[in-house]
Formats: sequence, C-alpha cells, structure tokens
Amino acid sequence: MTRRSTARSANRSTAGRPPLVLLLPALTGLAFLVLPLAGLLVRAPWSTLGTRLGEPHVLEALRLSLVTATLATVLCLLLGVPLAWLLARVRFRGVRLVRALVTVPLVLPPVVGGVALLLVLGRRGLVGQWLDAWFGITLPFSTAGVVLAETFVALPFLVISVEGALRAADLRFEEAAATLGAGRWTVFRRVTLPLVAPGIAAGAVLCWARALGEFGATITFAGNFPGHTQTMPLAVYLALETDPQAAIVLSLVLLAVSVVVLAALRDRWVSTS
Amino acid sequence: MSDVVSEKAGGLDAHLVVRRPAFELDLRLAAEPGEVVALLGPNGAGKSTALRALAGLVPTAAGHVRVDGADLGALPPERRGIGMVFQDYLLFPHLSALDNVAFGLRCQGMGKRASRARAAEWLEHVGLADHASAKPRALSGGQAQRVALARALAVRPRLLLLDEPLAALDAHTRLEIRAALRRRLAGFAGAAVLVTHDPLDAMVLADWLVVVEGGRLVQQGPPAEIARRPRTDYVARLVGLNLYRGRASAGAAGSTVVLAGGSGKLDSADSLDGEVFVAFSPASVALYRSRPDGSPRNVWRATVGAVERQGDRVRVRLDGPPFTAAADVTPGAVAELGLSEGSTVWAGVKAAETHVYPA
Repeated sequence: MTRRSTARSANRSTAGRPPLVLLLPALTGLAFLVLPLAGLLVRAPWSTLGTRLGEPHVLEALRLSLVTATLATVLCLLLGVPLAWLLARVRFRGVRLVRALVTVPLVLPPVVGGVALLLVLGRRGLVGQWLDAWFGITLPFSTAGVVLAETFVALPFLVISVEGALRAADLRFEEAAATLGAGRWTVFRRVTLPLVAPGIAAGAVLCWARALGEFGATITFAGNFPGHTQTMPLAVYLALETDPQAAIVLSLVLLAVSVVVLAALRDRWVSTS
Repeated sequence: MSDVVSEKAGGLDAHLVVRRPAFELDLRLAAEPGEVVALLGPNGAGKSTALRALAGLVPTAAGHVRVDGADLGALPPERRGIGMVFQDYLLFPHLSALDNVAFGLRCQGMGKRASRARAAEWLEHVGLADHASAKPRALSGGQAQRVALARALAVRPRLLLLDEPLAALDAHTRLEIRAALRRRLAGFAGAAVLVTHDPLDAMVLADWLVVVEGGRLVQQGPPAEIARRPRTDYVARLVGLNLYRGRASAGAAGSTVVLAGGSGKLDSADSLDGEVFVAFSPASVALYRSRPDGSPRNVWRATVGAVERQGDRVRVRLDGPPFTAAADVTPGAVAELGLSEGSTVWAGVKAAETHVYPA
C-alpha cells in the first residue's frame, strides 16, 4: 500500500509537464478515437430509441451476437489454452512456424478467412463434404458457422495472451508441485492454470470483444439470415442501406454492451495482471 | 524384526552424475535415517544441482538414487516420495497456507476434508494454526518457511531435501528460525539433505558435512572435524583458519613443516611426518613492532595487505613473503602498532597453536 503510493508520488514529481511534441499527437489520437463515438451519441434518435430497441429483429440480433460471441470464446478457451501451453512449454521442430501460423488470422482480412473456411468446411469443402456425407452436418450459413467464423478470427488473441502468461510464469512452482506428488495433468490443473488465470481472463476478454465485432468472416461463411446468422454488426451494415436511424441505434447498443462488459472485466482482472 | 532390517537398508545412498556443457557433477552421498547431511560449497559448485538430481528435477547421466533400499533413479519427481523445501519456499500463491500443506495429500488421493484436517495438524505442529487461511503473500519469511516445511513433511517423505532453507530470511530472524528448524529436523525420522553456502547453518543443522567444489566432493566429515581440519582454501576461509600445505618432518618436540612452493616453514607441537596440512587460527597470530624474543617458535616479518574491522576484532591480512596469513587483533593493538596498508610488522604464532594433520 505504502509502496504503491510512494511510487505514484515519485512518478508525479519526475514526470512533470509532458512535452508538447508528445501531448499534441496524444490528444489528437484520443479525439480520433472518441469523436466517432460521440457522433453516434449526438445523432442517435433518442426520442424513438425505446420503441426501436424493442423491435424483435434488434433483440434477436443482440441475443445472437451475445450467444455466438460467448460460445466462440468458450471454444477458443478449450482449444487455445492447450495450444498456448504447447507453444510455450514443448520444444519441437517447427515451433516458430506454428507460432507464425497461429497469428495469421490476426493479419488476414476476415473476408479471406471466411472464404478459406468455406473452402474447407463448405458442403463441397475438403472436410465439409465428409461432415455432410457421414454425419449430415452442414456448417456454412448456420449459427454454428457464425461461432466457427468468430472462433477463427478470435483464437489468436487468446493464444498470444495465454502463451505470454505461461512464459512469464515461474516454472519452479510446477517443480514444487511435482515433488509433492502431482502428475503432469494435476500440475497443469491445480498450479499452472491458476497461476496464469489473469492472462487467460485477459485473453478471453479480448477474444470475446473480437468475436462480438466480427463481420467479414461471418458474412462470408455464415451469411446474413435474421435469427440464425445475422449478428449485430451484420444488422448494422444491413440497416445502414435501408434505415440509417436503425443502424445508429444498433451501433449504440453494440457500443454500450462492449463498454459495459469490457469495463467490468478489465477492472476485475486485466488491470491487476 | 522387519523394522530392524529396513533400518539397516534405510536412508539415502546416491551416486549423482549430471553432465552439462562446461560442468560435470559427480557426487556420492549417503545419509542414515534421521541424519542431516549438509552440502556446503561456493556458488556454482553444483550443490543445488545435486539436490535437484535427488528430487528427479534434473536428469542424471549415470549413477543411482537409493532411498530405503529402493532405487528411485528412473522415477519422475512425482513418484519419488521425496519432500523438498525450495529456496524461496515456492508456496503456491493462489492457495491458502492450509491448502498448500494439503496439496501433497490431495495428490496422494486423500479426500478434501481429510487432507485439510491433516494439513491443519501439520500447521499446528509448526505453530501456525492461526494462519491456516492466510495466503502466502501475507506470511513473513519465517512463517512461509514453516509452511513450506509442513507442506514437504505432510506427504511423509522418506527423504527430505532443503535448498538454502534460511537464505531468504533476514539476519534478524535467522537465528531463531535456524534453532526452530534444527528442532524440527531432529524430529524427522528419515534422511535429510540440506544445501547451504553458510557454514554456520551447516554446522548448526547438520550431523555430517559434505563440501562440494566444482561438482566434486572435496571434503566430508562431522562439522567439528571440518571446522578443525579444513582441506581446501575454500573450507579454510569458511571456518576462518589459515591453511597451508607442506611436508612435515617430526622432531624431538613436534614437527617442522616446509610449506609447499618453498614459501617458508612452520613449526608445530604436533608430531607428524609426510604430506600434511598446517592450520592456525587468525586469533592465535600475535603482531609485534620489532622481532619478539623467546616465546613463539614461528616468527616472520610481513607486510600489512589490508586492515578490516570485523565486529569487535580487526582482521589484518599479512602478505608474504613468506606466505599470506590472516591475523585477528584488537582495535587497540592496531592503534598501538600503527598498522596500515603497506606497513611492516613482525608476526608470531606459537608452535602449540598450529595444527598439523595428514594431507
């Protein structure tokens, strides 16, 4: 407690007035980020907001967005944490290549990701044709397809975050657990996971935010069917062509949900790590 | 009957060979049940590596680790049944003191409630019943060490390993915690191996000292023996003795040792022939302004290399020729003799104060 407060006061005394060269672009950058959001608020049709929000297709899109983003996050956790562990802890040939491949979706335009997913998981795709033939499962243009598209673009965020946390974690705790008789799975479950929990939480938040805003891969792979695959970003885009006021309302809702969730999670986990 | 048999085959018998680029550890270790063996050595000597090899945390290139007759060498750490107290204790930060102690019991398959009850007994045993729900960061260094010890002992290990158990403590609390650790180690029925670079910790805690330098055993014995008869410069420095090697020839009243390298000779009251070590305490060196008459048999003229205060004594480094030695004198003597770097003095050691033993 005292250490933190002295550090803060020391910061203040040494930092002094920030130089203009830094202050000017910093404030410009802040304005650039905040002004569009302010524009949304200013132009919002506040008088009809209540009725517009109550419209079934808005609620439907919101529900679908929240459900798919959450499912995608769960899927990312199930696949991404073990993948991050593999990258951080296991030495194997080609680890650098694998790490590069994992980060590809970060730089790949999401539309391209959607096309790639179609080629693999589409009804005539490399894997999709067998899924269809053997199990009767069709992924494209379904809600499951939305989840997969979101998972594809969000997974790298989780892997990178968790891998960083795993690398920073003190391996000697795992050794201590081993001397106490813990097998590798017990060590992972009872020591490694709790130690990197802040990193996992931060990764999951990023992942969820990315999934919530996903557009390109979703519309390419899952299409735009209200109630099934039309998530909030898709609804916003569609409304912009027919009813700009509705687009603003939908955008506001998306903004509000993102801010509330991120602020709540950030205070609880991310900032403490 | 079977107890007697197992006790005979009991304890630790290990030969540890660990190879790394530019370093090789090759060490034989043995400890009876109930015995505490301390590995003492300078930084990088391989003592922590030896401990980690015993625990299975470092792969061995050859050798064996037998505990109570069973060879553990091929087993992973979690199946060795060894308790280890790590240097900064490594209590799991997300678990309470109680759950830290219960961790090993849970791993052995004990239920949650039973393991917690047992862990509570252990915490009480180390005097920390009040701190059961405390997280490790809320514990002091000494308390953390006791939790770590309880955690290691709770799994009823056949061998207990302690890596610098007192290094993380400040000098103020160290004395008391060392005494408490000694009592608890005395109550442990299995063999214990302790790593330290502090000779005092080793002398107080251990029944047997093993001095390791450069990955090899250089000397071993009971603490008193090591303190009296060091065999390397490192050990001599640790126990605070001047140590020389030479060749002794016995005479009428003791022996004369010609020091190796022709750097002089020392007389001793001990009568011995052959290759020997000669040791004497810095406190037995007397300093004079001019050559003393009569009494001491060993007198030489030396240059003062350094003068350094140590507690209520002053350590004076005497440079050769004929040889380098340390002398402990009172601050009064320093003033009286006008000792400072570069000044010359006469030094004397009684033959009865030098100790000669076979090399």
